[in-house]
Amino acid sequence: MARLTAGVGCSHVPAIGIAMDQGITEQPYWIPAFEGFEFSRKWMKDNKPDVIFLVYNDHCTAFDASCIPTFALGCAAEYHPADEGWGPRPVPVVKGHQRLSSHIAQSVILDEFDLTIMNEMEVDHGLTVPMSIMFGEVAQDDDWPCLVVPLCVNVVQYPPPTGNRCFQLGKAIRRAIDSYDEDLNVMIFGTGGMSHQLQAERAGLINADWDKRFLDMMTEDPIAASQITHEEYLRETGSEGIEMVMWHVMRGALNDKVKEVHRHYHVPASNTAVGHIILENHE
Amino acid sequence: MEKNYEDIPGTYVFDADRSREGYHLNMFCISMRQANNRKAMKEDPEAYLAKYPMTEEQRQAVRDRDWNRLLELGGNIYYTSKLAAFDGITFQDLAAMMTGVSREEYRDMMLNGGRSIEGNRYKSEWEKS
Repeated sequence: MARLTAGVGCSHVPAIGIAMDQGITEQPYWIPAFEGFEFSRKWMKDNKPDVIFLVYNDHCTAFDASCIPTFALGCAAEYHPADEGWGPRPVPVVKGHQRLSSHIAQSVILDEFDLTIMNEMEVDHGLTVPMSIMFGEVAQDDDWPCLVVPLCVNVVQYPPPTGNRCFQLGKAIRRAIDSYDEDLNVMIFGTGGMSHQLQAERAGLINADWDKRFLDMMTEDPIAASQITHEEYLRETGSEGIEMVMWHVMRGALNDKVKEVHRHYHVPASNTAVGHIILENHE
Repeated sequence: MEKNYEDIPGTYVFDADRSREGYHLNMFCISMRQANNRKAMKEDPEAYLAKYPMTEEQRQAVRDRDWNRLLELGGNIYYTSKLAAFDGITFQDLAAMMTGVSREEYRDMMLNGGRSIEGNRYKSEWEKS
């Protein structure tokens, strides 16, 4: 049977992808951000997943204002990196696990989560930057080391789904993975955040104390974390910090008790606080 | 509908009302992702803008590249940043422009840990200072 072995929380700052694509990660500005990923890349090699269930948000790439699904599950054979206005990232095409996607879609919808199903979808930095962070540089004509099932969450138009809804969806995804009949090592990623505001006069807001408490809660008190209100995200972590609701899908899928094996927090990457955590899911 | 987030200073929460008001503006901005549209916009901005039935206020804010006004009129930052990219403005420089400081000042603020949350939670805190 499929086993959910770990959860990863991780920011998806586009500038991190650009720094890797341009080969400037050794510059003093970037060194402290990337040092915190060295452990993660070794850990990924040691614990190689077959499939990553990757929760992320689209930035007006696959979906523009004309169509805004709250939860959209990728069920495609492959997902091409999109041109976000400065050319597609030079990373491999992301390969899906279609049979697992179909199983999760059927299981989760019967579990009363009304997902949108995407049989074709381009993916933007929201998905490819976490892949790059965790796997390091992978040449465009090479393959990513594992397959991906993407789940795209609306966090652009307010309101995104509540933290609690995301947490409960995580539990439904876990039930789906647990009931899948192939022997697979599955990991789940929750991406986005941490505190950041990209817009208007308050742009540049960072709330490191809040972020660190959030990381503590991810490990120790996920139910309390899932109850954080939208107003608190907006006010305390910036208008774009509300992306952190996506981490609750990841955490909801894991056991109540997890083992935190790695944490990294750094300010800044461009306009954003970078947060990262690895949680192992032991039986 | 109670909007308890409207008292956050320097912030336009892109809710369903703003999304409705800004729809054509945002669709114009996102069209800048495509090279053929960028070419048309370069060649004849007024003709290109005329294809999108936005309000005159929105159109003027586009002409003026008044980045905060665009947000006030229903623009969303993920969309307006595509117009900025069309102008060759990076995300961080756009942030500097919206906050009214120089590129260097903004970058230094971020390197020093970003804008503090203290004094930046409520509009009333901004009105006092």
